[in-house]
Amino acid sequence: MLDLDLPRFPLGDYIDCGIDTLREAIAAETSAVADFVNSGITSVVDFLVFFPSWVMMLLIAALAWWITKRLRFTIFTFLGLYLLFNFDLWVATMQTIALVSISTLVAITLGIPLGILAALSTTSRKIIWPILDFMQTLPPFVYLIPAIPFFGLGYTSAMFSTVIFAMPPGIRLTTLGIEQVPKELNEAADAFGSTKMQKLIKLQLPLAAPSIRAGVNQTILLSLSMVVIAAMIGARGLGGVVWEAIQRLQPGKGFEAGIGIVIVAIILDRLVGHVKKSQT
Amino acid sequence: MPMLRVENLNKIFGTNPKSALPLVEKGLSREQVREQTGQTIGIANVNFEVQRGEILVVMGLSGSGKSTLVRCVNRLIEPTSGKIYIGDDEVTSMSRKQLISLRRRKLGMVFQHFALLPHRTVLSNAEYGLEVMGVDQTQRTEKAMEALKLVGLKGWENQYTSQLSGGMQQRVGLARALALDPEIILMDEALSALDPLIRTDMQNELIDLQRKLEKTILFITHDLTEAVNMGDRIVLMKDGKVVQIGTAEEILTNPASRYVERFVEELEKSKVLRAETIMRPIHEVIHGGDGPRAALHKIKKAGVSALFSVDSHGKLKGTVPADKAAQLVEKGVKDPKAMLDTNVKSVTLDTNLRDIMTLMVENRQPVAVVDDENTLKGVIVIGALLAAVSEHPESQESEAVESENTK
Repeated sequence: MLDLDLPRFPLGDYIDCGIDTLREAIAAETSAVADFVNSGITSVVDFLVFFPSWVMMLLIAALAWWITKRLRFTIFTFLGLYLLFNFDLWVATMQTIALVSISTLVAITLGIPLGILAALSTTSRKIIWPILDFMQTLPPFVYLIPAIPFFGLGYTSAMFSTVIFAMPPGIRLTTLGIEQVPKELNEAADAFGSTKMQKLIKLQLPLAAPSIRAGVNQTILLSLSMVVIAAMIGARGLGGVVWEAIQRLQPGKGFEAGIGIVIVAIILDRLVGHVKKSQT
Repeated sequence: MPMLRVENLNKIFGTNPKSALPLVEKGLSREQVREQTGQTIGIANVNFEVQRGEILVVMGLSGSGKSTLVRCVNRLIEPTSGKIYIGDDEVTSMSRKQLISLRRRKLGMVFQHFALLPHRTVLSNAEYGLEVMGVDQTQRTEKAMEALKLVGLKGWENQYTSQLSGGMQQRVGLARALALDPEIILMDEALSALDPLIRTDMQNELIDLQRKLEKTILFITHDLTEAVNMGDRIVLMKDGKVVQIGTAEEILTNPASRYVERFVEELEKSKVLRAETIMRPIHEVIHGGDGPRAALHKIKKAGVSALFSVDSHGKLKGTVPADKAAQLVEKGVKDPKAMLDTNVKSVTLDTNLRDIMTLMVENRQPVAVVDDENTLKGVIVIGALLAAVSEHPESQESEAVESENTK
């Protein structure tokens, strides 16, 4: 039935062609961006490894204590980091932390305003929502491919695909939080003569804050998982070690790096999670 | 000159509201308009004026369009057609900017579920209107404190609103409106979410406040008792249309339609609560022939401390307290008369609530309800009495009216 003699629709060719054209057209810009991001992340990593590792361990543990005020977690943080140092993964850990932090920052800076926009205007929501659906259903590996032609191998491509992968929950949870503000409260803000901006800042964002913070938390965890995948396109760090171990069939080394990722994940999650609780 | 004037106001909900306007102007009912155009009437052809310093109550059941009406006044809902004037200003033709300025200067609003900001303190909630106006901190604290004092919340200003009871929260809502010193206060079912007793108190306090401050109030309610208590004049609405406008006396003595009449009947009935209406049926009594052992068994089974005793004709003889019956059982006395306490309080079916209450306060025992021939008909316990006093008197009746009207 389907064996009609129709020519194959060359979607893949069109996309290749489109990417090529686009790449040539904005080659100067993309390479400038790539240089900028690469040097930015490199300098953050340099900064993190500039201190002796024990100083960093103490600093991070102190931060854990300052935020959570929980002794067990503080000790866990210190010992976890020491274990990574002991595995000889210190630099890789710092690279991962730098990449995750910066990717998260970018994803949030873009995601929260987009979420607000989607909540406040039906039109933009109708545009943003299907794109998010698309972004979330596409396997994360697919983002790696177009990143390379534009930004080459390295931190920039990794960050680019990480941001795209990690951004949707931040957008969605921001929108959700604003939409959950009770109707009567919105009416009250209007009835007392608030402008749209005042309503947003004095009512909607404070009430949406728990939801937005949950979004930030999700963004961090997704960034971390993507950073590992992005190791395939030259993001170094713990993911890079895992990737190398896979290629060289070194299960032991891969396992050590895997534990490292879990430790970093736990530390970041608890830190942000606790900020969430203490502010509500 | 009226403070607030509403002229030929229509609000139609639907995909193409304007298409229904000609039909609405012809006076077709909500049902007819829906059938012919698919649009729903929110309010149709509403006209009224509110004088300076007056409390005008808009009263109607749910779906009557009263909440839509009050939201049209400050354009939280855009009217489909018609005009609204506040003083000389035509609200309906204002630009967004003018509207915001009008809301800040002249219109306060109080909401059914209070609509307070949960992340702010009482004081900072009361300051909200002044804050968005850009009044500086010292001045707005001063004005908000003044408003909080007026509503009796002095000393509570640093609490968060979730820590307050419903009545207190609504005081904050009121203070938020008063802090702006508006000319008109819109109150959308402002007392409906409160407990009945607090509600009556708040009604009286509101009337006092209004006398002191001479604000113009547009008060929305579904409760005729409240409307009669609060309103200088009452606008009665049904299915989006005004059924009658007048003082409480005018409406009570001269209802304009059967619909209004029914409301009035319910009101009359609820005002005269009698023993018959609040008594509970009696399931178990002690008969003349029951000995102490049988009596004790019945009392225990009923789970009470005493039961009424009746003769073979059902006439009240007295009460049998559990402890007395138990004593007799112990002593082995079998005479039914020995356990009878004849000092029993009883009222007749048409005794009014006030007299029952006096009796119960003196006696602290369940009261028997008997008819003219002293036949036992029921019992009033303190719980039922309190429920009758505090029960929202119309809730059941007005629902009945509503369901009949929707048929």
